[in-house]
Amino acid sequence: MATHAQTEMPIRLRRSPVSYVMPVLATCLVGLLLVWLGINFVKGPAYFFTISFIGLTNGAVYALVALGYTLVYGILELINFAHGDVFMLGGMFSATMVLSVFHLTAHASTGALVGAIVGSLAVAMAACGLLNATIERVAYRPLRGAPRLAPLITAIGMSFILEDIAIGWKGPSYTAVPNVLPRGQVFSISGVVLTWEKLIVIMITVPVLLALIWLVQRTRQGKAMRATAQDRDAAAMMGINVNRTISFTFMIAGALAGAGGLVYALYFGQIRYDTGFQLGLIAFTAAVLGGIGNLPGAVLGALCIGFIQAFNEGLLWRAPGSNWTESIVFTILILILVFRPEGLLGERTPEGV
Amino acid sequence: MRARLVKGIADAWWLVLSRLGLSRHRWQTLPRFTRRTVKAVVWVGLGLLLIGLFGVWKLSALAVAAVVLVLVVPSYGKVTVRGRRVGKAILPLAVLVLAITYPFYGVVSSMPQLPIFGPVPQMSTMVGMAVFTMMALGLNFVVGYAGLLDLGYVAFYAMGSYMAGWFASDQFAKQHLRFGAVGIAPGDNAGFHLSIWLVLLMAGIATAIIGVIIGLPTLRLRGDYLAIVTLGFGEIMPQIARNGDSLFGTGFNLTNGTGGITPIDGPGFGNWLHHHVGLPANYLTLGTNADRVFFWTALVLVLLTMFASARLRDSRLGRAWIAIREDEVAAAAMGVPLMRTKTWAYATGAFFGGVAGAYYASYNGGAFPDEFFFNISVFILCMVILGGMGNIWGVIFGACFLEYLDREGLANIGAWLNGHFGPGGSDFQIWHKTLDVPLYEFGIFGAILVIVMLFRPEGLIPSSRRAAEFREGVHDEPLYDVEHDERLYTPEAT
Repeated sequence: MATHAQTEMPIRLRRSPVSYVMPVLATCLVGLLLVWLGINFVKGPAYFFTISFIGLTNGAVYALVALGYTLVYGILELINFAHGDVFMLGGMFSATMVLSVFHLTAHASTGALVGAIVGSLAVAMAACGLLNATIERVAYRPLRGAPRLAPLITAIGMSFILEDIAIGWKGPSYTAVPNVLPRGQVFSISGVVLTWEKLIVIMITVPVLLALIWLVQRTRQGKAMRATAQDRDAAAMMGINVNRTISFTFMIAGALAGAGGLVYALYFGQIRYDTGFQLGLIAFTAAVLGGIGNLPGAVLGALCIGFIQAFNEGLLWRAPGSNWTESIVFTILILILVFRPEGLLGERTPEGV
Repeated sequence: MRARLVKGIADAWWLVLSRLGLSRHRWQTLPRFTRRTVKAVVWVGLGLLLIGLFGVWKLSALAVAAVVLVLVVPSYGKVTVRGRRVGKAILPLAVLVLAITYPFYGVVSSMPQLPIFGPVPQMSTMVGMAVFTMMALGLNFVVGYAGLLDLGYVAFYAMGSYMAGWFASDQFAKQHLRFGAVGIAPGDNAGFHLSIWLVLLMAGIATAIIGVIIGLPTLRLRGDYLAIVTLGFGEIMPQIARNGDSLFGTGFNLTNGTGGITPIDGPGFGNWLHHHVGLPANYLTLGTNADRVFFWTALVLVLLTMFASARLRDSRLGRAWIAIREDEVAAAAMGVPLMRTKTWAYATGAFFGGVAGAYYASYNGGAFPDEFFFNISVFILCMVILGGMGNIWGVIFGACFLEYLDREGLANIGAWLNGHFGPGGSDFQIWHKTLDVPLYEFGIFGAILVIVMLFRPEGLIPSSRRAAEFREGVHDEPLYDVEHDERLYTPEAT
């Protein structure tokens, strides 16, 4: 995905002693993590699996947001800071749709539930897609030729503007979404419990992801996206309308964020103006973990982060707890960026370091 | 598009003036001094008119106008004494004198109120402005000089504040160490109490070390990755502060958790210096005069920071920073050691952030973890970008203006807006619920970031070098510019 990688010489740096010690340290850390997980598993296998389902659900939500980061980074090499806030506005759109338009309650019939979810999903995805494309048009496109940090700074600015739009719309406190998803058990096998709301989250997420894969791999527009990501100038020479392709990518990313917002609002039941910022950073970490610019990598990274968060907050034996979730996630981010900037699935590029 | 608009407005303006008998040609043949005078008088006149219409008119507005005219009209840059161009120093010195004497004229009731902005800032706001100026100048080392985007500057602020908390309060109750601290209650045997002046230095050094520790592994990363990593550190440090009352279940109370460390000793020079030189023994016992002494002290710190900024910028190290900012590969090829140079930028920026944080903690009397959020990092970044990256005066202006907006300005503007257009407004009613303008503070700062980057990326008071970089672009030039494809059709394009 590196556009200008070939034109730059890789800068060879003298390796400091630190850079020899650190990989050993990192391996030790991963080993400790595995030992910790193993002990927890032995202490309560059923509970471990129940927690894993929470991790899977978290990971599904993160995947929807992380894909947006990775799509945009792949095509523009821009960290779209405002993406998390687009996700948050998506959650608010969905909350409004579910509560005020469809008047969904906790005891709705299955048909009404499915109808309301599909309807809200369509609206949230469309609205967020348009919003994201507008942001690109207003804040990023005029800065195409500027130094790389310029669009990053406008992205931070846009992020704050979107947060204030949310404050103006819903106020600075949490918007509650009552439990509309059924919370009953799907199955309970010797203590391993899966509840319906988790399964519904997976059931919404997976088709959206499949649709994305189809779009990127099988359609003409997807081919244009891949070409633009690979080399913007060459793509333009081949007759691809680069600006439209970039707009389209932002729209897709926004639509994914809208879907994520709906899932988040329904599953977690509350959303606030700064939800998007925190979750966006976690999702970005997921995208980096998987290898930024790499679509399957983003999903893998999101699942990893989802599991790590769930284990950290849920496991009983020596888990640091939810107070430390952010620190753990950011530590992972820093370690990944320092030791393996190309991520789990990415390819090493000379620009990466 | 935008250039065309600006040109259109300028053309219309000159058209009107030439109808009045003053064409552009005639105006430009006038002596420079006359042009400056006319311009300054017109602007000051407009300002006075606005104060008369929307502000509270006081006679001292005329005095303020006279000071502005005297400062702006003569071309001080040309004043020489025995061949040395001392004139350049006159304007900065005048600003400095105005700042030093502010406590005497600024807070008296005869000062006029500005239109829309309301009263001039209070002393506590002035202290905040000075402290944030120092932080913004510190960040300017990293962002402005070395061109590294640091989104976690608040970590250094937090580190400085907690250094003051650890070494100038009762935090570590089992320890007992006294060195030059003032204002400790008799019989208080708990904690480290060092002189604040020493603590400032210690905070700066400790923060610089933290900066180096953060920088060493991460500075190899490319610009936007570095931004994210610094952001990560900026989020981790406050979380450690919030959860540090029982670190990893050991029961060791490092930061006192969400309660924060309070009270922190105030600065002071002790009784001996008080009796012999007349310096205040303890700032906290000065009562209503405390704020002005805090302000003057902060001003001294700002001056030191400015001095360091200016001297370092022109040093070998500073030129290396600017070379890296403009083109990292070329700088490396010319033998600039990238890692060492960047780490120095980081450490220097961190040092001043730490000193400012420690001083502010001493002024506020505490270090509280809810002050250290990502918002503050962006707030300081916004100061640097609004004023002009890499330009000391620009950064100072940006810091003062934004901190003023944060502390008083937005509330005043909001009151003015609500009073005129809100419910029961005096002019006409546009909205029906009272608008809480300070609530939207960070959206406004975000809008400032976007607008500045789009329309004037070099900032309000740019350094000429930085402006040229933004105009010409220093990074990879695209082969085919998909945005501006005019140059394909113009024959003289190369």
